[in-house]
Amino acid sequence: MAVATTEVKKIWQHRERNAQLAIWAAWLAGTALFVFSFQLISEKTIWAFVWDAPTQAGDLAGRMVPPDWAFIAQLGRPIWDTLNIATLGTVAAVILAVPIAYCAARNTTPSLTLVRPVALFIIVSSRSINALIWALMLVTIVGPGVFAGIIAIGLRSIGFCAKLLYEAIEEIDEAQVEAVRATGASRAQVTAYGIVPQVLPAFAGISVFRWDINIRESTVLGLVGAGGIGLELNSAITTLAWTQVSLMLLVIVATVIVGEWVSAKVRHAII
Amino acid sequence: MTIATAEPRRWNKPPLIKRAWLRWALGLGAAVYLALALGTIDVNWVRVWDGLPRGVRFVTAFFPPDFTSRWDEIAEGIAESIWMTIVSTAIGIALSIPIGIGAARNIAPAPVYYFCRAVLAVSRSFQEVILAIFFVKLFGFGPFAGFVTLSFATIGFYGKLLAEDIEDMDPAPAEAVRATGAGWLQWINYGVQPQVMPRMIGLGLYRLDINFRESAVVGIVGGGGIGATLNTAFDRYEFDSAAAILLIIIGIVMLAEYSSGYLRRWVQ
Repeated sequence: MAVATTEVKKIWQHRERNAQLAIWAAWLAGTALFVFSFQLISEKTIWAFVWDAPTQAGDLAGRMVPPDWAFIAQLGRPIWDTLNIATLGTVAAVILAVPIAYCAARNTTPSLTLVRPVALFIIVSSRSINALIWALMLVTIVGPGVFAGIIAIGLRSIGFCAKLLYEAIEEIDEAQVEAVRATGASRAQVTAYGIVPQVLPAFAGISVFRWDINIRESTVLGLVGAGGIGLELNSAITTLAWTQVSLMLLVIVATVIVGEWVSAKVRHAII
Repeated sequence: MTIATAEPRRWNKPPLIKRAWLRWALGLGAAVYLALALGTIDVNWVRVWDGLPRGVRFVTAFFPPDFTSRWDEIAEGIAESIWMTIVSTAIGIALSIPIGIGAARNIAPAPVYYFCRAVLAVSRSFQEVILAIFFVKLFGFGPFAGFVTLSFATIGFYGKLLAEDIEDMDPAPAEAVRATGAGWLQWINYGVQPQVMPRMIGLGLYRLDINFRESAVVGIVGGGGIGATLNTAFDRYEFDSAAAILLIIIGIVMLAEYSSGYLRRWVQ
């Protein structure tokens, strides 16, 4: 708290003058950057389309109501595929994430100078490339279908799971590891009885959390041909079957909300 | 004198799930599900085999990636992605503040609470790409649609976390500010805002990072940015250009992650 003394009176001020100036400067720079960026975007925008958007939205909404309820009979298989992509992708990712997290955590890595940077690079590259881009690549490599989707989700999730898991491993209580080591346990035994029990709840929580995210992600993989409900959504949009589109959107929302609910329940039960 | 000898006992690891029937049911359920799921996936192994050379070509394209031949398009796409990221993060956060405050149970009246929670649920349920498809339909191709998509997705993410943070705050300082006779805005600004601010700045930087990554995919459906360039590169089978783009994305994300960690330490 700063107090400015003006002749006789003391006036309470929120901040020191220099701090206040620094904050103003930051706001000024931020605003300038924002205006500059927005101007660049607006140069590439056809504003007539933007002003027309409310009419377009109204028109589209009119075409989407009522949803084509009869179509739901054909959605069973796509939803099953979507759930499979999410679940099997998560399982694959979790299995691969364990050794990577083990190599990336400071306290368990075999080598700080060689192995750890490699593990961290794998984590970052997996995290920075979206599942849809992985799918785009894999569709050209392994062909369209659910299989490409599973691998895409798996590759995308390795980084997320491994990052959270290695942070959990770094936060374990070393005293317990020390105690197991003091009994003469081998390195593998120390891992199995000193480290694994401590990170197991976090591990289960991370897997379920990622599964929940993956359900949402796998709904769109079909747009690039990687199977699931996105495939149907894409074909309905290209054939302008808007009543089917609205039904599918409702189904997606319902699936995502159910997935979130299940994941919250399971995490609550574990932790 | 006799020495009491205990029966040698072997210690067994306690099971993860204590109830035996639940353990067996879960295991059985998982096995049945896996069998069903794997049974319905038809992998076209011939196609996979045919694609492998293409995969090898793709991997070899990383050594070396081709930054030069499409450099103009890449530079333009990256620049567009960055502008989109900045504008959409700023607007998304600005819009999510009133919605986040409205979605906090402890300070919002019930009708406002349910309305704001519904907005957040809708925004969070749809993947960015689905939103992008619709916004491209409404606003036409280009970065404007991408910017609207990312802003809308930011509202769901940031608003929900802000609301949860406000719900977890310590009510005492807010109460103290109210006791001085502060108005509602003063109460929010001096009682609530200082408590949530440090975490929210960190989350804002995190969202900036997410928006950049997402800006790479909204382009695939026509929302502008680097995604459009990447999609074109794949369509032309120019894997070396695609590799260059992916490396640039990874580089920028790494840079953002390091600098946001640094900024967060500086702010707190």
